[in-house]
Order: sequence, then C-alpha cells, then structure tokens
Amino acid sequence: MDNQGPRTIDIGDFRPGKPPTKVILTGALLLIGALVLFSAVFTIQPEEVGIVLRFGKYTRTAEPGLNFKLPAPMEKVLKVPVQRQLKQEFGFQTMEAGVKTRYSARDFVDESLMLTGDLNVVVVEWIAQYRVADPYKYLFRVRNVTKTFRDMNEAVMRAVVGDRSVDEVITIGRLEIENQAKFMLQELCNQYETGIQVEQIVLRSVDPPDPVKPSFNEVNQAEQERERAINEARGEYNRVIPKARGEADQAIEQAEGYAIDRVNRAKGDAALFDEVYAAYRRAPEVTRRRIFLETMETIYPAMQRKILLDSGLQGVLPLLQLDGAEVKK
Amino acid sequence: MKQASLFAVLVIVLLIVAALGGAFYKVEEWQQVIITQFGRPVGDPVTSPGLKIKTPFVQTANCFEKRFLEWDGDPNQVTTKDKRFIWVDTYARWRISDPLLFFQRLTNELGAQSRLDDILNGETRTTIAKHDLIELVRSSNREFISSTDATDLEDQEEIVYGRAVLQAEVLETAKKRIAEADLGIELLDFQIKRINYVEQVRTDVYARMISERQRIAEKYRSEGAGEAARILGSKDRDLKEITSEAYRQAQEVRGTADAASTAIYAEAYNRDPSFYAFLKSMETYELTADANSILILTTDSDLLRFMKSKQ
Repeated sequence: MDNQGPRTIDIGDFRPGKPPTKVILTGALLLIGALVLFSAVFTIQPEEVGIVLRFGKYTRTAEPGLNFKLPAPMEKVLKVPVQRQLKQEFGFQTMEAGVKTRYSARDFVDESLMLTGDLNVVVVEWIAQYRVADPYKYLFRVRNVTKTFRDMNEAVMRAVVGDRSVDEVITIGRLEIENQAKFMLQELCNQYETGIQVEQIVLRSVDPPDPVKPSFNEVNQAEQERERAINEARGEYNRVIPKARGEADQAIEQAEGYAIDRVNRAKGDAALFDEVYAAYRRAPEVTRRRIFLETMETIYPAMQRKILLDSGLQGVLPLLQLDGAEVKK
Repeated sequence: MKQASLFAVLVIVLLIVAALGGAFYKVEEWQQVIITQFGRPVGDPVTSPGLKIKTPFVQTANCFEKRFLEWDGDPNQVTTKDKRFIWVDTYARWRISDPLLFFQRLTNELGAQSRLDDILNGETRTTIAKHDLIELVRSSNREFISSTDATDLEDQEEIVYGRAVLQAEVLETAKKRIAEADLGIELLDFQIKRINYVEQVRTDVYARMISERQRIAEKYRSEGAGEAARILGSKDRDLKEITSEAYRQAQEVRGTADAASTAIYAEAYNRDPSFYAFLKSMETYELTADANSILILTTDSDLLRFMKSKQ
C-alpha cells in the first residue's frame, strides 16, 4: 500500500463513493489471509521433529516434511533436531572445524583442571556426544538443558577421575574413564529427565598441568634410558657369547680330531708292530740281525764323518779333533 | 435477520472486550499458574497446559516454571578437616513443587535462588569442614591400577564416606531445611561440580608432583643401570663357563684318546718288550743320524766286531 496516499488526500476531496475503503479492506483481508496461511504451513528438516503446541499444550509431534497447523496465535511449533549428533566440548572450544581445525585460545583451565585420587592435579579435555532421544522431556522437563548437561558432565568427569591415580588417568585408564563417565552421565540424564541419550564421551587430552609437564617427560625419558641401557648390555652379551660358544665347539672338535688321530696312529703302529712281530717270530735271530744291519745301512752313509776305534784303545776321545762340533765342558 | 446479526456483533464485541480485559490466558507445557485476585491467590494452582479462562480485569495469572531449574553455587573457598584450602563449585537442580506456597513464601525465582544460596552454600561448607579432602575427591576405595611398577601403591589413602555420600549428606540436610521452611520447592539433586586447590596450595602440589615424578625417573634410571650390570655380569659368567666347559671337554677327549692309544700300544708291544725296544731304537737311530752327526764306533760294536774276528 502506498503510505504517501493518505497524506495527499485532502479532506475536502473526500467523496462518499468509498472505493478506497473497499480496496483497503480487501487488501488487509488478503494480507491477513496470507499471513495466516503462511503461519499454518511449516517444514520439518529430515533430522528434526516438530513439537506442536496448541495454546501451550502439547498436541502432536510432526514428522519431517511439509506440515500444517492452526495459524499463529493458536498453534506453535518447536523444532528439535533428534537425529543430529550434538556435542559439548570441555576444556577447549572449536572455533572453526575443518581440515585444519582451529581452537579457541581462551583458557578453559577452570573447566579442565581436576583432582585425581592421589590428590594430584590433571588437565582433562573431553567431548560429550549426545542425541535428543525424547524431545518432549528435552523441552518440558528441564529448563536450560544444555547448561544442565554441561554441569553434569563436569561433576561426573571429576567423580570418575577422582577415583583414579594421576598415573592411571594419564596412561592406561582412558578407555575405562570414557566408559564409566558415559555410564554415570546417562544415569544422571535419566534421573533429571533430560531426554538426552549420551552417545559417547571422548577424552581429547589428559595431561599434567603445564608446570609439571617437564617432569612427566623426564619420567618417559628415564624409561627410555632404562630400556636403552638394558638393550646395550644385551647387545654386548650377544656380541660375545655366541662367538664364545662357537670357539668352545671349535676347541672340542679339535680335541676330538686329536683323539681320533692319536688312536688311529696307535692302532696303525700296533698293526705294523704286529705284522713285523709275526714275521720276526718265525726267525727271531736272523730277523733281528737283518733289521739291525739294514738300519745301520741307512744311517751310516748319512753321516759324513766316521771314526773307527779299536776296542782296546784307551783315552783316545779327549784327543780327538772334533771339527765343526763345539766341545763344551 | 437483523436481530441475528446484531447478536453476532454483540458476541464479537464481548469477546474482544473479554480478550482485552484478560479473560483468556495461555498455560505453556512447562508452566503452572496461580490466579490472584487483587494480589490474593484464588482457587487451586493450574498445572495443566492449554487455553484457560479467568475473570477479566480483577484476576491476574502468575506463571511459574514446572520444569527442573538450575541452581549454580558460587565458587566457594572452603577449608577441609585436614586443613586444605580448596575452591568448591557446586550445582543443584530443584523445582517448584507447590506454586501456591512458593508464591506466598518466595514470590519469584530470585527469592528462591537466594534462599537456596543460603541453605546449600552453608550446608556445603559445614559438610566439607567435617571431612578430609580425600573424602571429597574419591568415590570408592577402588584400587588404582598402575601402568608402571614405579608408582607406590602404599600412598593410596582409604576413605570412609566418599564423594557420593557427602553429596547425599548435603542434599538430605538441605532437603530437610527446605521442607521445614515450607518453601514450596523440592530439591532433586546436588552435585559438586569442581574442586580445586587455591592458588598458593596449587604451587605446593605442583612441587610435590614434580618431586614424585623425579623419584620415579631416578628409579627407572637406576633400574636400567642395575639391569645392565646384571646382564654384563652374566655375560662374564657365561663366557667363563663356556670356555672352561669347552676346555674340560677337550681335555677329557684328549685324555681318553691318550689312554686308549697307550692301551693299544701297550697291548701290542707287551707281547715282546725287548723286540719292541730293539725296533724303537732302530727307528730312533734313523731319525737322529744326519750329515752333521759324527759316528764313533769301537770294534766292540756289533757291526764292527767282525773287523777283529770272524766269530
């Protein structure tokens, strides 16, 4: 409608034909009709349901798609994303999710600092993933559900961490903490009638507080050092012992070689002796003499100087010029 | 006809007047309503949602929450029985159970919050002051599982009550006080949200944690050195054992062989020791005589005896 119109119309020009009034009335009616129609139609997204209230009273749940209701003042619709996984972050805040997720630089230390069962302090950051399982309860049983849910998370996580040692929380206890926190949180959710289904608790990080961190690293380092010292000693052991074993085997084998050699030689010598002896037995005197003479035959020519003395000669030895041989007293 | 249309107009006008005067009011799903007439409550509380009617102009609808409401305690500095200074942050859930009483005693939520502050903060303080810190932190005497042998399990403190019991104690006493005061509200739950050391204590705790870790680190290092020494020692021992064992075996083998050969020789040569002596001597002569040897023979010798006599 032209809002300049009414001003330019002079009162004096007002004719009693009343066509403008009719136009205005029809226009207004049309507009109201459009508005009414507009407020009677609504869409529910696939992951949502619509809770329809008539004069504040819950009447029905609208499923995803195009839906109709009574126009505005009479019926009202509240949309609840029942299929979507919602999450709450504790101790940190995602500013911008993506490939390179950015986190808020704000310090959430009050939220994440907690005491362990041995009265030490740890910083725990976690995520609670949940779904709205019962939209009616979610809307109408607890005011400010999100805040309530966050409070419950903090209380539960501290109860769980408070029953464990700092060592356990930081190292091996993570999965168990997640499971127990989820269990306890679900119980609280049911007790408060929040209509929330806890899907998962994920510990993002569990760390000692910053001032204490270096000493925790030192423990890791010391653990590595221990392993290294042991490995080095084992290396040294392995370097020496197998070699010694081989050498030992070698010595034994050598001894066995010696043994075989000795015995075989003895057997050979014995066999030789047996043979010779058998022949000798047949003509002892002759054989003995023959062997003697044969031996002499081989050895005499080998020696270059020969001195023959009569057996009756006495004291000749000192006078001998034993050339080439040194005589020592 | 004219009368009918007149009637219709009258009804519409009446309805408009009634609406403007507040004859209709809406109760939302999460609300309950007390109707007051010139400030004085009349009738029962309206707890079911929908469109309702009241007397226009003279009556007012006062809406209250039907849902569970939050109460968030201020972070409180408290001292435990074992004189530890901590911050405690609590929360509770409550609801308006009797709107009429609530309206009469507390008027609105603000009033309720401040009464809850008084009661819950006080009870929290009292309960905590009666117990050691460990009772507040731990929920059970569950034994710690240690990832390393380095943590001493003996410093695990035993608890008598635990967090849950303490929370329940605060809840019960607070419930009792609320019931006695007839406030028309009901506590659902009370939880300790956060416990932290106050700043000065925190520094001490950090120092203690650091020294504890250093102790563990030292233990690891010395374990490493000890284990290495043990391995090196057993290396030396094994080495000695292996070499001496090999020596023993070799000597045994040699000895057995020597004995065997000696026996063989003895058996063979024993048949005629003099012949053996003769043969062996002959062999020895052959081995000892060479170009440098000088042979001195007298005619007494076996070989030369024929030089002097043909006998």
